Amino acid sequence: MSVRHALLALLSEGPKYGLQLREEFEARTGEVWPLNVGQVYTTLQRLERDGLVESDGTADEGPQKGFRITDDGAQELTAWLRTPPDLSSPPRDELVMKVLVALRVPGVNVHDVIQVHRRYLVELMQQWTRLKEDEAEFDLGLALVVDAELFRLDSVIRWLDAADGRLKRAAADGHPEPVPVALPRLRRRTGVRS
Amino acid sequence: MTALELHGVSKTYGQGAAVVHALRSVDLSVEPGAMVAVMGPSGSGKSTLLTIAGSLEDATNGEVLVGGVSLAGMSRNAKARLRRRTIGYVFQDFNLLPGLTAAENVALPLELDGVSARKARTAGLRALDDLGLAERAGQYPDQLSGGERQRVAIARAVVGNRNLLLADEPSGALDSVNGESVMRMMHEACKRGVAAVVVTHDAQLASWADRVVFLRDGRVVDQTAPLPGPESLLTSPGRRQ
Repeated sequence: MSVRHALLALLSEGPKYGLQLREEFEARTGEVWPLNVGQVYTTLQRLERDGLVESDGTADEGPQKGFRITDDGAQELTAWLRTPPDLSSPPRDELVMKVLVALRVPGVNVHDVIQVHRRYLVELMQQWTRLKEDEAEFDLGLALVVDAELFRLDSVIRWLDAADGRLKRAAADGHPEPVPVALPRLRRRTGVRS
Repeated sequence: MTALELHGVSKTYGQGAAVVHALRSVDLSVEPGAMVAVMGPSGSGKSTLLTIAGSLEDATNGEVLVGGVSLAGMSRNAKARLRRRTIGYVFQDFNLLPGLTAAENVALPLELDGVSARKARTAGLRALDDLGLAERAGQYPDQLSGGERQRVAIARAVVGNRNLLLADEPSGALDSVNGESVMRMMHEACKRGVAAVVVTHDAQLASWADRVVFLRDGRVVDQTAPLPGPESLLTSPGRRQ
């Protein structure tokens, strides 16, 4: 989450005080991403140093100091909104590693390992859904954040389901010990981030 | 009284070398007001579990009780009456009758059960109104959107005093916003005391349930722990900042 750009977005609506920025940031993200005061002021100082915001300069550093966005800041914000985040190379996923490792450890049933993680993820999704059910009808920001989290967890469960099915089929086809993909080779091919 | 109980329920199809074990000694109990989701891959026995719970098919072994009454030894007529009065079904493809209006579709199970046409219509309109469809009551299924059709199907499933709702992939091919409103409505029905069993492979649907049961190769292999309050998400140490 880019705190820097979130603050620029809030300032694009008009000049605001430091404390106000923190409160509005939390409110707009359904209070799912809390910010501490220090984070807000450090970021504002950097934005000012880079010429993306201006302060009124009348008050000392503190909650009453006012900030406004500059033209450069507005341009930076527009460019950021349209720049896709870097999803080009797969992250090193701990869960994927665990399933790959489980294939190799004697006495470990990989399907049981998959089920442990599947249950945990479904339990997390139940909690997010409950939050959405209780609050999100009245809070659009929260509904969007919760949806994003649900889709993210859902995609992990779908991968587990696919892995479960693929391993089962491999066993049925007479490959009781599927050979896991060698990770270094995969990393060379796709440029996995470490 | 427990709305639905399955004790050691097994179901086999075929014989000898060709025997298929669709369910193996399944125990499940659903209290009034609770929603239980059954998750599992294709062929895990999910739909069989639902048809047996709904008395559409008999178990090979074990016992099924609906509202405390055992289905074993119940006549075909008694089972049909149970299905008309107590059990509501929601199917993936809605199963509305195309020649009947939304209101007529919803009132149909009551009329089949001998309720007068006028009373059945009044109850049907009330069920549609509860789901925000009062204005669409006179429309035919092909005049309704997918989301509206599924709401009519839910109204039909809960009309009268049915207290067991059985749903098979109830959001079907609906988009996620319409799928969510289907689950929201089923959840509302549960808050009024209806017990629901939702069979699905979709974790987003299942996450509306109070409890999720995992089925694999006809066996219950796992289930979720009771839900903590949602505030746990906002205080959990693993939460990303």
